[in-house]
Amino acid sequence: MYLHADNLDDTADIARVIARFLRTGDIVVLAGEMGSGKTAFTKSAAAALGVTESVTSPTFNLVHTYAGDAIKVHHVDLYRLSRTDEIEDLTIDELARSGVVLVEWGDVGDDVIGDHLEVRVAVGEDDDERDFALRPVGRRWDARWEKLRGALAGHMVDDWSGL
Amino acid sequence: MIPPPRVDESTVVLGIETSCDETAASIVMGGTDVLSSVVSSQIDAHAKFGGVVPEIASRAHLELIRPVINEALDTAGVDPERIDAVAVTIGPGLIGALLVGVAVAKATAFALDRPLVAVNHLEAHLYAALLDDPNLEFPAVVLLVSGGNTLLLSMDAPGSYHLLGATIDDAAGEAFDKIARFLNIGYPGGPAIDRAARRGNPRSVDFPRAMLHDGYDFSFSGLKTAVMNHVRKNSDVASDDVAASFEAAVVDVLATKLMRAARDTGARSVVLGGGVAANTLLRSEVDRLARAEGFRVALPSRAMCTDNAAMIAAAGWYRLRDHGPSGLEIGAVPNLALVADTVRTNRAAPGRDHR
Repeated sequence: MYLHADNLDDTADIARVIARFLRTGDIVVLAGEMGSGKTAFTKSAAAALGVTESVTSPTFNLVHTYAGDAIKVHHVDLYRLSRTDEIEDLTIDELARSGVVLVEWGDVGDDVIGDHLEVRVAVGEDDDERDFALRPVGRRWDARWEKLRGALAGHMVDDWSGL
Repeated sequence: MIPPPRVDESTVVLGIETSCDETAASIVMGGTDVLSSVVSSQIDAHAKFGGVVPEIASRAHLELIRPVINEALDTAGVDPERIDAVAVTIGPGLIGALLVGVAVAKATAFALDRPLVAVNHLEAHLYAALLDDPNLEFPAVVLLVSGGNTLLLSMDAPGSYHLLGATIDDAAGEAFDKIARFLNIGYPGGPAIDRAARRGNPRSVDFPRAMLHDGYDFSFSGLKTAVMNHVRKNSDVASDDVAASFEAAVVDVLATKLMRAARDTGARSVVLGGGVAANTLLRSEVDRLARAEGFRVALPSRAMCTDNAAMIAAAGWYRLRDHGPSGLEIGAVPNLALVADTVRTNRAAPGRDHR
């Protein structure tokens, strides 16, 4: 599924809509270049899940955990990791047992991360424009996929226009 | 519980730190006298991991912790029986890494029949300046800048402090690291930016100074994006100039807020801590601005700015003196907050009026 955001508000809205579909055990893999807005996306998603603390980049600390309204939000960053065993040591699947997990640079850990929703984001032509490509990996999203498409219909486009 | 020992200038504390990139141990006497401070990258066992310690791998800490503690004891010339207390980082950090230090500290304290003291890693950074300058004058404002944190605190005395502000997105050190990688000028990012910036023109690009006059919080995510957008649109730009202009923007914000905090809180000293405190421009700017306004300046050595166990032992000494030992039932607390700790600490320091 391809989405387009004209501005920061659109991006925040896409994050909020996706967040509403998240439940304990879900892993969202965020992929995209530096500065594409992966942390900003997580901020909006976490706020929608009831996180009131300020969500800061987990690049150096690797994992930040926040309490949402009814769910824990684990914010993970694989930017500094490259080896599979390092990524395995983060026990992302185990984190997911106690809440939702959003993994920045998660695409480098594709092989060791179980079923997840991949959100790829790219900067558009204008500095504030973003293009999104959403892809379910595994069967976990089968039952929710059409509903998610419906909820995001206002942002949907036919093609991936990202870089 | 073991009764609290006397805590004075002769009290020897073993500090253990496994929350971050380094496995570290240190022997500190009397809270400020560093008899030894060993970090894993200094010893042979390090070579086993090809020069890179995978900080998240608890097994790396597990293999390194005994040799590191032994080296700390040997260097200090201290017999294990001479240790009066064991201080350990319980958070914040990754659970698997923290657990190694906590388990070893508990076992050591139990075996030696000595008190155990739980230490907050971030609070410990505040004691690093005291290790270099035991006569530091309070009240002080402390700017703690590293890859993982950007914190501004006021400190009335050892153990009495509160948080003034923090980054709302990226830490300053993270911005250095990511811009260095983006500019492809080397690793680690902090020293690479520092070197490039010395060759470049800091006024070549006027990058944004987010929230410069707005409170004590920081934001570096927008600056990072602004740098990348500028380079993408101006492919012929010299990376030394970009590095210098970027560094100037970061240092401008850090130094401006630090100085404002010093004035607002009536501080006598201005203190830097964390890995970014090694940055040449930040050191010289803070030194220049603080001296011009009559503040004392504490710029800890690089060894004390970066993660080490001496600051854990020092923080443990003060905590033991002021609050007594922790129980052996303590565990690792990955999300240990500085703020919650601060409230308790301030309450326990009657007579300190700091509203």
